[in-house]
Amino acid sequence: MIVELGHFALILSLMAAIFTAFFGLLGAHLNRAEWMAVVRPSTYAQFTLVSLALLALGYAFVQNDFSVLYVATNSNSALPVFYRVSAIWGGHEGSLLLWLWILVAWSTAVALLSQGLPASFTARVLGVLGIIAIGFMLFTLATSSPFERLLPAPPDGRDLNPLLQDPALAVHPPMLYAGYVGFAVAFAFACAAMLEGRLDQTWARWTRPWTTIAWAFLSVGIALGSWWAYYELGWGGYWFWDPVENASFMPWLVGTALIHSLAVTEKRGLFKSWTLLLAILAFSLSLLGTFLVRSGVLVSVHSFAADPERGMFILAFLVLIIGGALTLYAWRAPLLRSAAGFEFTARESFLLFNNILLVIAAAAVFAGTMAPLISDALGLGTLSVGRQYFDPVFLLPTLPLLALAAVGIHSGWKKGRLSDRSRAIWVTMIVSLALMLALVLGAWDGPKLLTPLAFALGIWLVLSALIDPWERWRRGLSLTPAIIGMALAHAALGLFVLSITAVESYTRERDLALAVGEAGTVGEFEYRLVGMETVEGPNYDALRAEVLVYENGDLVGTLHPEKRNYWVQRSVMTEAGIDMQWTRDIFAALGEDLGAGRWSVRAQVRPLINYVWFAAFLMALGGVIAAADRRYRRKDTSA
Amino acid sequence: MTPRQRRVTLVVGILAGVSIAGALALSAFRENVMFFFDPSQVAAGEAPIDKRFRLGGMVRPGSVDRQAGSLELQFVVTDFQQDVPVRYSGVVPDLFRENQGVVAHGRLGTDGIFVADEILAKHDENYMPPEVARAIKDKHGGVMPANPDLRSVPET
Repeated sequence: MIVELGHFALILSLMAAIFTAFFGLLGAHLNRAEWMAVVRPSTYAQFTLVSLALLALGYAFVQNDFSVLYVATNSNSALPVFYRVSAIWGGHEGSLLLWLWILVAWSTAVALLSQGLPASFTARVLGVLGIIAIGFMLFTLATSSPFERLLPAPPDGRDLNPLLQDPALAVHPPMLYAGYVGFAVAFAFACAAMLEGRLDQTWARWTRPWTTIAWAFLSVGIALGSWWAYYELGWGGYWFWDPVENASFMPWLVGTALIHSLAVTEKRGLFKSWTLLLAILAFSLSLLGTFLVRSGVLVSVHSFAADPERGMFILAFLVLIIGGALTLYAWRAPLLRSAAGFEFTARESFLLFNNILLVIAAAAVFAGTMAPLISDALGLGTLSVGRQYFDPVFLLPTLPLLALAAVGIHSGWKKGRLSDRSRAIWVTMIVSLALMLALVLGAWDGPKLLTPLAFALGIWLVLSALIDPWERWRRGLSLTPAIIGMALAHAALGLFVLSITAVESYTRERDLALAVGEAGTVGEFEYRLVGMETVEGPNYDALRAEVLVYENGDLVGTLHPEKRNYWVQRSVMTEAGIDMQWTRDIFAALGEDLGAGRWSVRAQVRPLINYVWFAAFLMALGGVIAAADRRYRRKDTSA
Repeated sequence: MTPRQRRVTLVVGILAGVSIAGALALSAFRENVMFFFDPSQVAAGEAPIDKRFRLGGMVRPGSVDRQAGSLELQFVVTDFQQDVPVRYSGVVPDLFRENQGVVAHGRLGTDGIFVADEILAKHDENYMPPEVARAIKDKHGGVMPANPDLRSVPET
């Protein structure tokens, strides 16, 4: 009964979304105040109704109602309650419902916080968001309803995919979707501005905090996914250039370009049409990501459904939304030209190059991700693109980007004198070059030229980003959230580069064959297998090894990697044993029984790897702090 | 420089940068892209000898040969028409086993043995790499063999 009510609420929400889109867009076009007045209440109605639908599905999961097909396929009575809740988005249908719920939640936030905006503008923004909601509601209701019944009900469910039974992965989809869908807000703001025919600095000031928050969510979502892959898949890396990872990374790259170009549009009224294009592009790539991941064209843990009908629906929707927005852009953007000059060394130039390089990086990732699909579709053979392609083509635009960032964050608007900062820039550069030299003479052992270069760039960026807040603090000047957020995010980027450089250059790894009592060496480390035992969890049993790790004879870590056997799906999972330390992770994953009492063990020691994710979280935090700046909450509408 | 000259310089600079990046990406792409071949194609000599590629098919039942207690492994990848012997050293994925779909990355030696440096197997019980599913389907006149493990789409 509750489940049917949820289904009914979802159908009603479609009505509310149609209402919002119709009265919002047409009301603004015809300038009818009473039509536009409908838009806020109908947005709240969408939110209430989709929330009810989500709660109904959650109820079915918590109550173990296996007469619901989706619950029966994705849950089990032995599954802990926490995972029964996260199982709501453990499959295709439910994750769409979550996507939808986050969309209407963002719309509601816009409706609540847009009191200072002109009525016609708000109506258009909510109207565009309504159109997106209609698309996803139709998709959910017509092809992927999570409320379908399964009669007679099976005695128990088929369980949640054991790979997804993990705390980080329980929060990964909501974070990622909050980022994807957050770009829908920037997209709706862009479409509304084009429909309105008005795009001024106030517009950029409204759009900026929403975009930055969306970007922060996306950063956290990607970092959580990467962290999960590291400890759960048993391979031990943090990024594989997997198409599914790329699908979330492309909107991130373009979104990063967007938050920077919005800064120029807000402060100087420049790059207007470019900013619009980026807003359209960021959301289009989010939709493309959803399409790639959900349609089953890519193969991974994420592709729950290889149903061509669903793929066609998202593709059609994608074409409609992107095509519509680009048509609008072609028609309206020329009206929004900006006319103001700037010096070659001004901040505008740095941000222009930032944008160009980020878009090139995104395009390179896009080409590598789409090539296999296109080649396959055209019958040119099945090919795959790996890190041998992605690593160089991604680093090529991003390395200069780091140097530009280290200098550019000190440049001034318009005039472009690096003014009193030029000394600080030189000092930080010399310090980082000196540290690099120390590294080359001291610890550098490899032929990789990239290691000292990236190391120097990372240090330079960290130091350079911290100059401004430090100087201000020293002189007793005011420190606004915008300044702190920006410094934090850029210093975090430097930390990110440093940690990736360390991981890529100084990881020790080797596959070992060990019997209890035997030891193998991995660089200067020794892995000793000291015991094997059987343990039992709530819905699995496992073989657990005890591995002691020695460095030059001293015990530095005790690991307990497991091989788990989940009862319901009868699948074997590797649970890596990781000793997290301040400067490194000591890692072991248990492989298979090799016979003769030996087991294969994947042994790795990765320096600074946790700072990769930590830096990503810091970057996101920087974004959130910057978005909390006071000036975004002023209610005036003039520039 | 006048503003006009500056703009022209900027546009030319950007164009040059973009085309250099494009050219480099293209060459990186040509050199590093990996193609997929099934055992019949390998037997017909279509696969390159000096370049890495992806070999996919089923692990022939009874072919997995491991010297007890060592990481060295030999097995045969088959599409039920032709066989290719594969050699690998290291940890294999959880779901690597006989009569299951597998994709191996590596090089073909002059002795006809494929030396793999990476082995990919299925993510779950029902999943099968799509290239492998297709390669095997083609060899069976468009019909999947009756073995339930060969289905690529999970049953609901």
